[in-house]
Amino acid sequence: MIICLKIIYHMSIDLKTVKHISKLSRISIEDEKAKKLEKDLNSIFKWIEQLNQLNTDKVKPLTSIAETTLRLRKDQVISKNIRDDILKNSPKDNKDYFVVPKVVE
Amino acid sequence: MTDVIDLTLNELANKIKSKEISSTEVTSAYVDRSKSSKKLNTYVEETFEQAIKVAKKFDSKPDFEKKLPGIPLAVKDLFCTHNVRTTASSKILKNFIPSYESTVTQNLWDAGAILLGKLNCDEFAMGSSNETSYFGNVISPIDNNLVPGGSSGGSASALAAKLTPATIGTDTGGSIRQPASFTGTVGLKPTYGSCSRYGIVAFASSLDQAGPMTKNVKDCALLLEVMSSFDQKDSTSIDFKRPNYSLELNNNIKGKKIGIPKEYRVDGMPTEIEKLWEKGKEFLKECGAEIVDISLPHTNYALPTYYIVAPAEASSNLARYDGVKYGFRAEGENLIDMYEKTRSQGFGDEVKRRIMIGTYVLSSGYYDAYYLKAQKVRMLIKNDFDEAFNKVDAILTPSTPSSAFKIGDKTDDPVSMYLNDIFTVPVNLAGLPGISIPAGLDKNKYPLGLQIIGKPFDEQGILNIAYSMEEKINFKLNINDWWIK
Repeated sequence: MIICLKIIYHMSIDLKTVKHISKLSRISIEDEKAKKLEKDLNSIFKWIEQLNQLNTDKVKPLTSIAETTLRLRKDQVISKNIRDDILKNSPKDNKDYFVVPKVVE
Repeated sequence: MTDVIDLTLNELANKIKSKEISSTEVTSAYVDRSKSSKKLNTYVEETFEQAIKVAKKFDSKPDFEKKLPGIPLAVKDLFCTHNVRTTASSKILKNFIPSYESTVTQNLWDAGAILLGKLNCDEFAMGSSNETSYFGNVISPIDNNLVPGGSSGGSASALAAKLTPATIGTDTGGSIRQPASFTGTVGLKPTYGSCSRYGIVAFASSLDQAGPMTKNVKDCALLLEVMSSFDQKDSTSIDFKRPNYSLELNNNIKGKKIGIPKEYRVDGMPTEIEKLWEKGKEFLKECGAEIVDISLPHTNYALPTYYIVAPAEASSNLARYDGVKYGFRAEGENLIDMYEKTRSQGFGDEVKRRIMIGTYVLSSGYYDAYYLKAQKVRMLIKNDFDEAFNKVDAILTPSTPSSAFKIGDKTDDPVSMYLNDIFTVPVNLAGLPGISIPAGLDKNKYPLGLQIIGKPFDEQGILNIAYSMEEKINFKLNINDWWIK
Protein backbone atom coordinates (compact mmCIF):
# COMPACT_ATOMS: atom_id res chain seq x y z
CA MET A 1 0.00 0.00 0.00
CA ILE A 2 1.23 3.42 -0.86
CA ILE A 3 0.68 6.07 1.73
CA CYS A 4 0.63 9.63 0.46
CA LEU A 5 1.64 12.21 2.96
CA LYS A 6 0.72 15.78 2.36
CA ILE A 7 3.46 17.74 3.99
CA ILE A 8 2.72 21.28 4.98
CA TYR A 9 5.92 23.26 5.04
CA HIS A 10 5.80 26.05 7.44
CA MET A 11 9.11 25.74 9.07
CA SER A 12 10.43 28.61 11.04
CA ILE A 13 14.13 29.03 11.26
CA ASP A 14 15.46 29.28 14.81
CA LEU A 15 18.78 30.54 16.06
CA LYS A 16 20.20 27.04 16.20
CA THR A 17 19.37 26.50 12.52
CA VAL A 18 20.94 29.84 11.60
CA LYS A 19 24.15 28.76 13.33
CA HIS A 20 24.01 25.40 11.59
CA ILE A 21 23.61 27.06 8.16
CA SER A 22 26.45 29.42 8.95
CA LYS A 23 28.63 26.42 9.78
CA LEU A 24 27.66 24.71 6.51
CA SER A 25 28.35 27.95 4.62
CA ARG A 26 31.75 28.34 6.29
CA ILE A 27 30.82 31.82 7.40
CA SER A 28 31.43 32.62 11.05
CA ILE A 29 28.77 34.77 12.59
CA GLU A 30 28.46 36.77 15.80
CA ASP A 31 25.42 36.28 18.01
CA GLU A 32 23.96 39.69 17.30
CA LYS A 33 24.18 39.19 13.53
CA ALA A 34 22.70 35.73 13.90
CA LYS A 35 19.62 37.22 15.54
CA LYS A 36 19.18 39.73 12.72
CA LEU A 37 19.63 36.91 10.18
CA GLU A 38 17.07 34.79 11.98
CA LYS A 39 14.56 37.59 11.51
CA ASP A 40 15.51 38.24 7.85
CA LEU A 41 15.52 34.58 6.85
CA ASN A 42 12.15 33.98 8.47
CA SER A 43 10.56 36.87 6.61
CA ILE A 44 12.13 35.71 3.34
CA PHE A 45 11.08 32.08 3.78
CA LYS A 46 7.58 33.03 4.85
CA TRP A 47 7.30 34.89 1.56
CA ILE A 48 8.89 32.04 -0.39
CA GLU A 49 6.45 29.52 1.00
CA GLN A 50 3.64 30.85 -1.20
CA LEU A 51 5.05 28.37 -3.72
CA ASN A 52 3.28 25.65 -1.76
CA GLN A 53 -0.03 26.98 -3.10
CA LEU A 54 0.91 25.30 -6.37
CA ASN A 55 0.50 21.63 -7.02
CA THR A 56 3.60 20.53 -8.91
CA ASP A 57 3.29 16.76 -8.49
CA LYS A 58 3.22 16.15 -12.24
CA VAL A 59 5.66 18.89 -13.28
CA LYS A 60 9.18 18.10 -14.40
CA PRO A 61 11.88 20.26 -12.84
CA LEU A 62 13.59 22.72 -15.16
CA THR A 63 17.31 22.24 -14.62
CA SER A 64 18.72 23.99 -17.67
CA ILE A 65 17.21 26.49 -20.01
CA ALA A 66 19.69 25.70 -22.77
CA GLU A 67 18.04 22.29 -23.43
CA THR A 68 21.15 20.96 -25.07
CA THR A 69 23.46 18.14 -24.10
CA LEU A 70 26.86 19.39 -23.14
CA ARG A 71 29.42 19.51 -25.93
CA LEU A 72 32.51 17.39 -25.75
CA ARG A 73 35.87 18.86 -26.56
CA LYS A 74 39.22 17.34 -27.26
CA ASP A 75 41.01 16.38 -24.08
CA GLN A 76 44.00 18.61 -24.51
CA VAL A 77 45.84 21.21 -22.52
CA ILE A 78 45.12 24.73 -23.77
CA SER A 79 46.79 26.87 -21.11
CA LYS A 80 50.48 26.22 -20.70
CA ASN A 81 53.11 27.60 -18.33
CA ILE A 82 50.69 29.74 -16.38
CA ARG A 83 51.82 28.68 -12.90
CA ASP A 84 53.34 32.05 -12.06
CA ASP A 85 50.27 33.85 -13.37
CA ILE A 86 48.02 31.74 -11.18
CA LEU A 87 50.17 32.02 -8.07
CA LYS A 88 50.59 35.77 -8.29
CA ASN A 89 47.12 36.39 -6.87
CA SER A 90 47.60 34.09 -3.87
CA PRO A 91 47.17 35.91 -0.56
CA LYS A 92 50.24 34.29 1.04
CA ASP A 93 53.38 34.69 -0.96
CA ASN A 94 55.24 31.60 -1.99
CA LYS A 95 56.59 31.15 -5.46
CA ASP A 96 55.85 27.44 -5.71
CA TYR A 97 52.74 26.66 -3.68
CA PHE A 98 49.54 27.99 -2.17
CA VAL A 99 50.16 28.38 1.55
CA VAL A 100 47.52 27.40 4.13
CA PRO A 101 47.53 26.86 7.90
CA LYS A 102 48.97 23.51 8.93
CA VAL A 103 46.43 20.74 8.19
CA VAL A 104 48.34 17.56 9.06
CA GLU A 105 50.30 17.25 12.29
CA MET B 1 29.12 71.42 -33.25
CA THR B 2 27.60 68.97 -30.80
CA ASP B 3 29.76 68.18 -27.83
CA VAL B 4 31.63 64.87 -28.18
CA ILE B 5 29.99 63.49 -25.07
CA ASP B 6 26.50 64.09 -26.52
CA LEU B 7 27.14 61.86 -29.52
CA THR B 8 25.70 58.37 -29.68
CA LEU B 9 27.88 55.30 -30.13
CA ASN B 10 26.91 55.09 -33.80
CA GLU B 11 27.62 58.80 -34.37
CA LEU B 12 31.01 58.46 -32.69
CA ALA B 13 31.93 55.46 -34.83
CA ASN B 14 30.93 57.32 -37.99
CA LYS B 15 32.77 60.51 -37.07
CA ILE B 16 35.93 58.60 -36.24
CA LYS B 17 35.66 56.65 -39.50
CA SER B 18 35.22 59.85 -41.51
CA LYS B 19 38.22 61.36 -39.64
CA GLU B 20 36.08 64.23 -38.37
CA ILE B 21 37.28 63.42 -34.91
CA SER B 22 40.11 61.32 -33.47
CA SER B 23 39.99 58.54 -30.93
CA THR B 24 42.31 60.60 -28.69
CA GLU B 25 39.88 63.53 -28.70
CA VAL B 26 36.96 61.29 -27.82
CA THR B 27 38.86 59.40 -25.14
CA SER B 28 40.24 62.59 -23.56
CA ALA B 29 36.74 64.10 -23.45
CA TYR B 30 35.40 61.09 -21.56
CA VAL B 31 38.42 60.90 -19.26
CA ASP B 32 38.06 64.60 -18.35
CA ARG B 33 34.37 64.29 -17.66
CA SER B 34 34.83 61.09 -15.66
CA LYS B 35 37.53 62.77 -13.56
CA SER B 36 35.20 65.62 -12.63
CA SER B 37 32.33 63.26 -11.78
CA LYS B 38 33.82 61.43 -8.78
CA LYS B 39 30.81 62.43 -6.71
CA LEU B 40 28.70 59.82 -8.48
CA ASN B 41 31.12 57.06 -7.35
CA THR B 42 30.69 55.16 -10.61
CA TYR B 43 34.26 53.96 -11.12
CA VAL B 44 35.98 51.39 -8.91
CA GLU B 45 39.04 51.23 -11.15
CA GLU B 46 40.21 53.89 -13.60
CA THR B 47 42.43 53.08 -16.56
CA PHE B 48 42.46 56.61 -17.95
CA GLU B 49 46.17 56.98 -18.74
CA GLN B 50 46.31 53.61 -20.42
CA ALA B 51 43.14 54.48 -22.39
CA ILE B 52 44.71 57.65 -23.79
CA LYS B 53 47.85 55.74 -24.72
CA VAL B 54 45.80 53.14 -26.60
CA ALA B 55 43.76 55.90 -28.28
CA LYS B 56 46.94 57.59 -29.51
CA LYS B 57 48.17 54.28 -30.81
CA PHE B 58 44.86 53.77 -32.61
CA ASP B 59 45.11 57.23 -34.21
CA SER B 60 48.65 56.59 -35.40
CA LYS B 61 47.51 53.46 -37.21
CA PRO B 62 43.71 53.56 -37.41
CA ASP B 63 41.60 50.62 -38.57
CA PHE B 64 38.31 52.06 -39.75
CA GLU B 65 36.91 48.63 -40.63
CA LYS B 66 36.28 48.02 -36.91
CA LYS B 67 32.77 48.37 -35.58
CA LEU B 68 33.85 50.38 -32.51
CA PRO B 69 36.94 52.16 -33.91
CA GLY B 70 38.94 53.69 -31.08
CA ILE B 71 35.85 54.21 -28.92
CA PRO B 72 36.43 54.33 -25.14
CA LEU B 73 34.10 52.22 -22.99
CA ALA B 74 33.85 51.71 -19.23
CA VAL B 75 32.47 48.29 -18.21
CA LYS B 76 30.83 46.75 -15.15
CA ASP B 77 33.42 45.41 -12.72
CA LEU B 78 32.04 41.91 -13.01
CA PHE B 79 33.93 41.24 -16.25
CA CYS B 80 37.45 39.93 -15.78
CA THR B 81 39.95 42.17 -17.52
CA HIS B 82 43.52 41.01 -18.13
CA ASN B 83 45.94 42.73 -15.73
CA VAL B 84 43.25 45.19 -14.60
CA ARG B 85 41.87 44.73 -11.09
CA THR B 86 38.46 43.03 -11.08
CA THR B 87 36.55 43.06 -7.79
CA ALA B 88 32.83 42.36 -8.37
CA SER B 89 32.61 45.26 -5.88
CA SER B 90 33.53 42.85 -3.09
CA LYS B 91 36.14 43.09 -0.37
CA ILE B 92 36.95 39.44 -0.96
CA LEU B 93 38.23 40.29 -4.47
CA LYS B 94 39.56 43.76 -3.70
CA ASN B 95 43.09 42.89 -4.85
CA PHE B 96 42.29 40.37 -7.59
CA ILE B 97 44.08 40.93 -10.89
CA PRO B 98 42.89 38.46 -13.54
CA SER B 99 45.42 36.77 -15.79
CA TYR B 100 42.79 36.41 -18.49
CA GLU B 101 40.08 38.39 -20.27
CA SER B 102 36.34 37.69 -20.38
CA THR B 103 35.09 36.72 -23.85
CA VAL B 104 32.57 39.56 -23.97
CA THR B 105 35.15 42.26 -23.18
CA GLN B 106 37.63 40.63 -25.57
CA ASN B 107 34.97 40.97 -28.26
CA LEU B 108 34.77 44.71 -27.49
CA TRP B 109 38.54 45.24 -27.75
CA ASP B 110 38.67 43.12 -30.92
CA ALA B 111 36.08 45.49 -32.39
CA GLY B 112 38.39 48.45 -31.65
CA ALA B 113 37.00 49.64 -28.30
CA ILE B 114 39.28 50.93 -25.51
CA LEU B 115 38.85 50.25 -21.78
CA LEU B 116 38.17 53.43 -19.78
CA GLY B 117 37.75 51.72 -16.43
CA LYS B 118 35.69 49.37 -14.29
CA LEU B 119 32.30 50.41 -12.97
CA ASN B 120 30.78 49.97 -9.54
CA CYS B 121 27.97 47.44 -9.02
CA ASP B 122 26.19 45.62 -6.23
CA GLU B 123 28.52 43.13 -4.55
CA PHE B 124 28.62 40.01 -6.76
CA ALA B 125 25.68 41.62 -8.62
CA MET B 126 23.41 40.90 -5.64
CA GLY B 127 21.22 43.94 -5.23
CA SER B 128 18.77 46.25 -6.95
CA SER B 129 20.11 49.63 -5.87
CA ASN B 130 23.91 49.45 -5.90
CA GLU B 131 23.87 49.83 -2.12
CA THR B 132 25.58 46.49 -1.41
CA SER B 133 28.91 47.47 -3.03
CA TYR B 134 32.02 47.33 -0.85
CA PHE B 135 33.04 50.57 -2.56
CA GLY B 136 29.93 52.45 -1.51
CA ASN B 137 26.69 53.65 -3.10
CA VAL B 138 26.52 54.93 -6.62
CA ILE B 139 24.58 58.16 -7.03
CA SER B 140 22.18 58.55 -9.94
CA PRO B 141 22.79 61.64 -12.10
CA ILE B 142 19.00 62.04 -12.18
CA ASP B 143 18.91 63.41 -8.62
CA ASN B 144 21.00 63.75 -5.49
CA ASN B 145 20.48 60.81 -3.06
CA LEU B 146 18.71 58.74 -5.69
CA VAL B 147 19.77 55.15 -6.40
CA PRO B 148 20.66 54.31 -10.01
CA GLY B 149 19.18 50.82 -9.57
CA GLY B 150 21.22 47.68 -9.64
CA SER B 151 23.08 45.61 -9.85
CA SER B 152 24.58 47.35 -12.91
CA GLY B 153 24.18 50.70 -11.11
CA GLY B 154 27.62 52.11 -11.88
CA SER B 155 27.09 51.26 -15.54
CA ALA B 156 23.67 52.94 -15.67
CA SER B 157 24.85 56.00 -13.77
CA ALA B 158 28.01 56.42 -15.88
CA LEU B 159 26.01 56.07 -19.09
CA ALA B 160 23.28 58.53 -18.08
CA ALA B 161 25.90 61.00 -16.79
CA LYS B 162 27.79 60.69 -20.09
CA LEU B 163 30.98 59.31 -18.55
CA THR B 164 31.04 56.55 -21.19
CA PRO B 165 29.32 56.55 -24.61
CA ALA B 166 27.84 53.10 -23.91
CA THR B 167 28.52 50.30 -21.46
CA ILE B 168 27.91 46.68 -20.66
CA GLY B 169 26.24 45.08 -17.68
CA THR B 170 25.07 41.68 -16.53
CA ASP B 171 21.50 40.66 -15.77
CA THR B 172 20.58 37.74 -13.50
CA GLY B 173 17.14 38.96 -12.41
CA GLY B 174 16.89 42.45 -13.90
CA SER B 175 20.32 43.93 -13.25
CA ILE B 176 20.52 45.57 -16.69
CA ARG B 177 16.88 46.44 -17.35
CA GLN B 178 15.97 47.85 -13.92
CA PRO B 179 18.88 50.34 -13.71
CA ALA B 180 18.30 51.27 -17.38
CA SER B 181 14.70 52.01 -16.49
CA PHE B 182 15.74 54.07 -13.44
CA THR B 183 18.18 56.22 -15.44
CA GLY B 184 16.33 56.79 -18.71
CA THR B 185 18.63 54.59 -20.77
CA VAL B 186 18.28 51.49 -22.93
CA GLY B 187 19.30 48.07 -21.58
CA LEU B 188 18.99 44.63 -23.14
CA LYS B 189 19.29 41.18 -21.60
CA PRO B 190 19.92 38.68 -24.39
CA THR B 191 18.62 35.11 -24.66
CA TYR B 192 20.47 32.76 -22.31
CA GLY B 193 23.42 31.42 -24.30
CA SER B 194 23.80 34.44 -26.60
CA CYS B 195 26.69 36.20 -24.82
CA SER B 196 29.48 34.09 -23.36
CA ARG B 197 29.68 33.88 -19.58
CA TYR B 198 33.40 33.05 -19.72
CA GLY B 199 35.33 35.41 -17.48
CA ILE B 200 32.28 36.98 -15.85
CA VAL B 201 32.33 36.63 -12.07
CA ALA B 202 29.59 34.03 -11.60
CA PHE B 203 26.46 34.72 -9.54
CA ALA B 204 23.71 32.31 -10.68
CA SER B 205 24.97 30.45 -13.70
CA SER B 206 21.64 29.31 -15.13
CA LEU B 207 20.38 32.91 -15.16
CA ASP B 208 23.42 35.19 -15.74
CA GLN B 209 23.67 36.98 -19.07
CA ALA B 210 25.75 39.96 -20.19
CA GLY B 211 24.14 42.67 -22.27
CA PRO B 212 24.46 46.20 -23.71
CA MET B 213 23.41 49.44 -21.99
CA THR B 214 23.18 52.40 -24.35
CA LYS B 215 21.77 55.84 -25.10
CA ASN B 216 19.35 54.54 -27.75
CA VAL B 217 18.11 51.41 -29.47
CA LYS B 218 20.38 51.73 -32.50
CA ASP B 219 23.45 51.77 -30.24
CA CYS B 220 22.02 48.78 -28.40
CA ALA B 221 21.82 46.78 -31.63
CA LEU B 222 25.41 47.68 -32.54
CA LEU B 223 26.84 46.80 -29.14
CA LEU B 224 24.90 43.52 -28.91
CA GLU B 225 26.24 42.58 -32.32
CA VAL B 226 29.79 43.02 -31.03
CA MET B 227 29.23 41.29 -27.67
CA SER B 228 27.31 38.21 -28.78
CA SER B 229 29.35 35.25 -30.02
CA PHE B 230 29.49 31.50 -29.79
CA ASP B 231 32.21 30.54 -27.34
CA GLN B 232 33.74 27.11 -26.75
CA LYS B 233 34.86 28.29 -23.30
CA ASP B 234 31.27 28.59 -22.05
CA SER B 235 29.55 25.19 -21.97
CA THR B 236 26.12 26.84 -22.23
CA SER B 237 27.02 29.16 -25.10
CA ILE B 238 24.66 28.46 -27.99
CA ASP B 239 25.80 28.12 -31.58
CA PHE B 240 23.10 29.91 -33.57
CA LYS B 241 23.32 32.23 -36.54
CA ARG B 242 23.61 35.67 -35.01
CA PRO B 243 22.01 38.33 -37.22
CA ASN B 244 23.72 41.58 -38.08
CA TYR B 245 21.48 43.32 -35.55
CA SER B 246 22.40 46.92 -36.43
CA LEU B 247 22.13 46.40 -40.21
CA GLU B 248 18.81 44.62 -39.94
CA LEU B 249 17.34 47.15 -37.51
CA ASN B 250 14.12 48.63 -38.90
CA ASN B 251 10.85 50.13 -37.74
CA ASN B 252 8.50 47.96 -39.74
CA ILE B 253 6.45 46.10 -37.16
CA LYS B 254 3.22 46.03 -39.14
CA GLY B 255 1.10 43.02 -38.27
CA LYS B 256 3.24 42.04 -35.28
CA LYS B 257 1.18 40.70 -32.41
CA ILE B 258 2.10 42.15 -29.03
CA GLY B 259 0.84 40.50 -25.86
CA ILE B 260 -0.27 42.41 -22.76
CA PRO B 261 -0.14 40.11 -19.72
CA LYS B 262 -2.88 40.93 -17.23
CA GLU B 263 -0.82 39.59 -14.30
CA TYR B 264 1.61 42.49 -14.65
CA ARG B 265 -1.04 44.89 -13.37
CA VAL B 266 0.06 44.67 -9.73
CA ASP B 267 -1.42 46.23 -6.62
CA GLY B 268 0.04 49.55 -5.64
CA MET B 269 1.59 50.27 -9.01
CA PRO B 270 1.63 54.04 -9.59
CA THR B 271 -0.99 55.25 -12.08
CA GLU B 272 1.79 56.92 -14.07
CA ILE B 273 3.17 53.50 -14.94
CA GLU B 274 -0.27 52.26 -15.87
CA LYS B 275 -0.68 55.30 -18.14
CA LEU B 276 2.69 54.82 -19.80
CA TRP B 277 1.86 51.21 -20.48
CA GLU B 278 -1.40 52.34 -22.14
CA LYS B 279 0.52 54.92 -24.17
CA GLY B 280 2.95 52.21 -25.23
CA LYS B 281 0.03 50.14 -26.50
CA GLU B 282 -1.28 53.13 -28.47
CA PHE B 283 2.12 53.73 -30.06
CA LEU B 284 2.35 50.10 -31.08
CA LYS B 285 -1.08 50.27 -32.68
CA GLU B 286 -0.05 53.41 -34.56
CA CYS B 287 2.91 51.43 -35.90
CA GLY B 288 0.52 48.82 -37.24
CA ALA B 289 1.01 46.22 -34.52
CA GLU B 290 -1.88 44.31 -33.05
CA ILE B 291 -2.47 44.26 -29.28
CA VAL B 292 -3.49 40.91 -27.79
CA ASP B 293 -4.50 40.30 -24.17
CA ILE B 294 -2.63 37.34 -22.74
CA SER B 295 -2.19 35.58 -19.42
CA LEU B 296 1.02 34.46 -17.72
CA PRO B 297 -0.68 32.82 -14.75
CA HIS B 298 2.42 31.97 -12.71
CA THR B 299 3.92 35.47 -12.76
CA ASN B 300 3.39 35.96 -9.02
CA TYR B 301 5.48 32.90 -8.24
CA ALA B 302 8.51 34.03 -10.26
CA LEU B 303 10.16 36.07 -7.49
CA PRO B 304 9.97 33.43 -4.74
CA THR B 305 11.21 30.88 -7.28
CA TYR B 306 14.08 33.16 -8.16
CA TYR B 307 14.99 33.61 -4.49
CA ILE B 308 15.51 29.88 -4.21
CA VAL B 309 17.23 29.16 -7.53
CA ALA B 310 19.58 32.17 -7.59
CA PRO B 311 20.88 31.86 -4.00
CA ALA B 312 21.27 28.09 -4.43
CA GLU B 313 23.48 28.60 -7.46
CA ALA B 314 25.26 31.49 -5.76
CA SER B 315 26.07 29.47 -2.65
CA SER B 316 27.72 26.92 -4.89
CA ASN B 317 29.51 29.46 -7.12
CA LEU B 318 30.79 31.49 -4.19
CA ALA B 319 32.18 28.45 -2.40
CA ARG B 320 35.40 29.15 -4.33
CA TYR B 321 36.16 32.22 -2.20
CA ASP B 322 38.07 30.57 0.60
CA GLY B 323 41.11 32.79 1.02
CA VAL B 324 43.46 30.16 -0.37
CA LYS B 325 44.20 30.80 -4.02
CA TYR B 326 43.32 34.46 -4.54
CA GLY B 327 41.51 37.35 -2.96
CA PHE B 328 41.25 38.44 0.63
CA ARG B 329 42.36 36.16 3.49
CA ALA B 330 41.76 36.54 7.22
CA GLU B 331 44.20 34.59 9.37
CA GLY B 332 42.74 31.81 11.49
CA GLU B 333 43.83 29.28 14.10
CA ASN B 334 43.41 26.43 11.64
CA LEU B 335 42.18 25.87 8.09
CA ILE B 336 38.45 25.83 8.89
CA ASP B 337 38.79 28.87 11.12
CA MET B 338 40.60 30.66 8.29
CA TYR B 339 37.81 29.82 5.82
CA GLU B 340 35.11 30.99 8.20
CA LYS B 341 36.82 34.25 9.14
CA THR B 342 37.80 34.99 5.52
CA ARG B 343 34.26 34.56 4.28
CA SER B 344 32.72 36.35 7.25
CA GLN B 345 34.96 39.41 6.81
CA GLY B 346 35.25 39.26 3.01
CA PHE B 347 31.55 39.15 2.09
CA GLY B 348 29.00 41.86 2.78
CA ASP B 349 25.66 41.27 4.55
CA GLU B 350 23.49 40.74 1.46
CA VAL B 351 25.93 38.26 -0.07
CA LYS B 352 26.17 36.33 3.20
CA ARG B 353 22.38 36.30 3.47
CA ARG B 354 22.03 34.86 -0.03
CA ILE B 355 24.77 32.27 0.47
CA MET B 356 22.98 31.14 3.60
CA ILE B 357 19.56 30.99 1.88
CA GLY B 358 21.19 28.92 -0.86
CA THR B 359 22.97 26.64 1.57
CA TYR B 360 19.74 26.09 3.48
CA VAL B 361 17.58 25.24 0.44
CA LEU B 362 20.20 22.79 -0.80
CA SER B 363 20.84 21.21 2.56
CA SER B 364 19.81 17.70 3.46
CA GLY B 365 16.12 17.45 4.27
CA TYR B 366 15.14 20.71 2.58
CA TYR B 367 16.25 20.12 -1.00
CA ASP B 368 12.91 18.69 -2.20
CA ALA B 369 10.78 21.19 -0.32
CA TYR B 370 12.60 24.21 -1.70
CA TYR B 371 15.06 23.66 -4.52
CA LEU B 372 13.22 20.92 -6.40
CA LYS B 373 9.94 22.74 -5.86
CA ALA B 374 11.43 25.94 -7.31
CA GLN B 375 12.76 24.10 -10.36
CA LYS B 376 9.29 22.73 -10.99
CA VAL B 377 7.67 26.15 -10.67
CA ARG B 378 10.37 27.48 -12.98
CA MET B 379 9.10 25.00 -15.55
CA LEU B 380 5.54 26.32 -15.11
CA ILE B 381 6.78 29.87 -15.63
CA LYS B 382 8.62 28.87 -18.80
CA ASN B 383 5.52 27.00 -20.03
CA ASP B 384 3.45 30.18 -19.54
CA PHE B 385 5.75 32.02 -21.92
CA ASP B 386 5.86 29.15 -24.43
CA GLU B 387 2.11 29.16 -24.56
CA ALA B 388 1.90 32.94 -24.88
CA PHE B 389 4.38 32.90 -27.75
CA ASN B 390 2.07 30.59 -29.69
CA LYS B 391 -0.24 33.58 -29.91
CA VAL B 392 2.04 36.63 -29.93
CA ASP B 393 5.41 37.77 -31.31
CA ALA B 394 6.45 39.77 -28.26
CA ILE B 395 5.17 40.98 -24.89
CA LEU B 396 4.96 44.55 -23.58
CA THR B 397 5.18 45.26 -19.83
CA PRO B 398 6.44 47.98 -17.52
CA SER B 399 10.14 47.46 -16.65
CA THR B 400 9.70 48.10 -12.93
CA PRO B 401 6.79 48.57 -10.52
CA SER B 402 8.08 52.01 -9.45
CA SER B 403 10.61 54.68 -10.37
CA ALA B 404 14.00 55.05 -8.65
CA PHE B 405 13.96 55.43 -4.85
CA LYS B 406 16.13 57.27 -2.37
CA ILE B 407 19.30 55.77 -0.97
CA GLY B 408 18.51 53.89 2.26
CA ASP B 409 14.77 53.63 1.55
CA LYS B 410 14.64 49.86 1.16
CA THR B 411 17.79 48.57 2.82
CA ASP B 412 16.02 47.42 6.01
CA ASP B 413 13.55 45.12 4.32
CA PRO B 414 15.07 42.57 1.91
CA VAL B 415 11.71 41.44 0.54
CA SER B 416 10.63 44.96 -0.43
CA MET B 417 13.97 45.36 -2.22
CA TYR B 418 13.47 42.05 -4.03
CA LEU B 419 10.02 43.17 -5.27
CA ASN B 420 11.76 45.68 -7.54
CA ASP B 421 12.53 42.89 -9.95
CA ILE B 422 8.99 41.53 -10.19
CA PHE B 423 8.68 42.26 -13.94
CA THR B 424 12.21 41.37 -14.95
CA VAL B 425 12.87 38.12 -13.05
CA PRO B 426 10.41 35.91 -15.04
CA VAL B 427 12.38 36.70 -18.20
CA ASN B 428 15.61 35.33 -16.68
CA LEU B 429 13.89 32.23 -15.35
CA ALA B 430 12.61 31.48 -18.86
CA GLY B 431 15.93 32.45 -20.51
CA LEU B 432 14.26 34.96 -22.83
CA PRO B 433 15.55 38.22 -24.32
CA GLY B 434 14.16 41.44 -22.84
CA ILE B 435 14.83 45.12 -23.46
CA SER B 436 13.96 48.16 -21.35
CA ILE B 437 13.50 51.48 -23.10
CA PRO B 438 12.80 54.86 -21.50
CA ALA B 439 9.13 55.71 -21.86
CA GLY B 440 8.48 58.81 -19.78
CA LEU B 441 8.82 60.53 -16.42
CA ASP B 442 6.90 60.30 -13.17
CA LYS B 443 5.74 63.26 -11.07
CA ASN B 444 9.23 63.75 -9.64
CA LYS B 445 10.67 63.78 -13.17
CA TYR B 446 12.27 60.39 -12.57
CA PRO B 447 12.46 58.12 -15.65
CA LEU B 448 10.20 55.12 -16.16
CA GLY B 449 10.78 52.30 -18.61
CA LEU B 450 8.81 49.82 -20.68
CA GLN B 451 10.01 46.29 -21.25
CA ILE B 452 9.63 44.25 -24.42
CA ILE B 453 10.07 40.50 -24.00
CA GLY B 454 10.81 38.32 -27.03
CA LYS B 455 10.93 34.71 -28.11
CA PRO B 456 14.25 32.91 -27.60
CA PHE B 457 16.88 34.30 -30.01
CA ASP B 458 14.52 36.98 -31.32
CA GLU B 459 16.65 39.92 -30.18
CA GLN B 460 16.12 41.41 -33.64
CA GLY B 461 12.36 41.32 -33.15
CA ILE B 462 12.39 43.16 -29.82
CA LEU B 463 15.02 45.62 -31.06
CA ASN B 464 12.79 46.51 -34.01
CA ILE B 465 9.76 46.96 -31.76
CA ALA B 466 11.83 49.08 -29.37
CA TYR B 467 13.14 51.11 -32.31
CA SER B 468 9.62 51.83 -33.56
CA MET B 469 8.42 52.83 -30.09
CA GLU B 470 11.49 54.98 -29.45
CA GLU B 471 10.60 57.18 -32.45
CA LYS B 472 7.09 57.70 -31.12
CA ILE B 473 8.04 58.18 -27.47
CA ASN B 474 10.78 60.68 -28.31
CA PHE B 475 12.20 60.58 -24.77
CA LYS B 476 14.71 63.24 -23.82
CA LEU B 477 16.79 63.02 -20.68
CA ASN B 478 17.69 66.46 -19.37
CA ILE B 479 20.44 66.34 -16.81
CA ASN B 480 22.02 69.56 -15.67
CA ASP B 481 25.41 68.24 -14.52
CA TRP B 482 24.66 69.20 -10.89
CA TRP B 483 27.42 66.91 -9.59
CA ILE B 484 30.22 68.62 -11.49
CA LYS B 485 31.96 71.29 -9.46
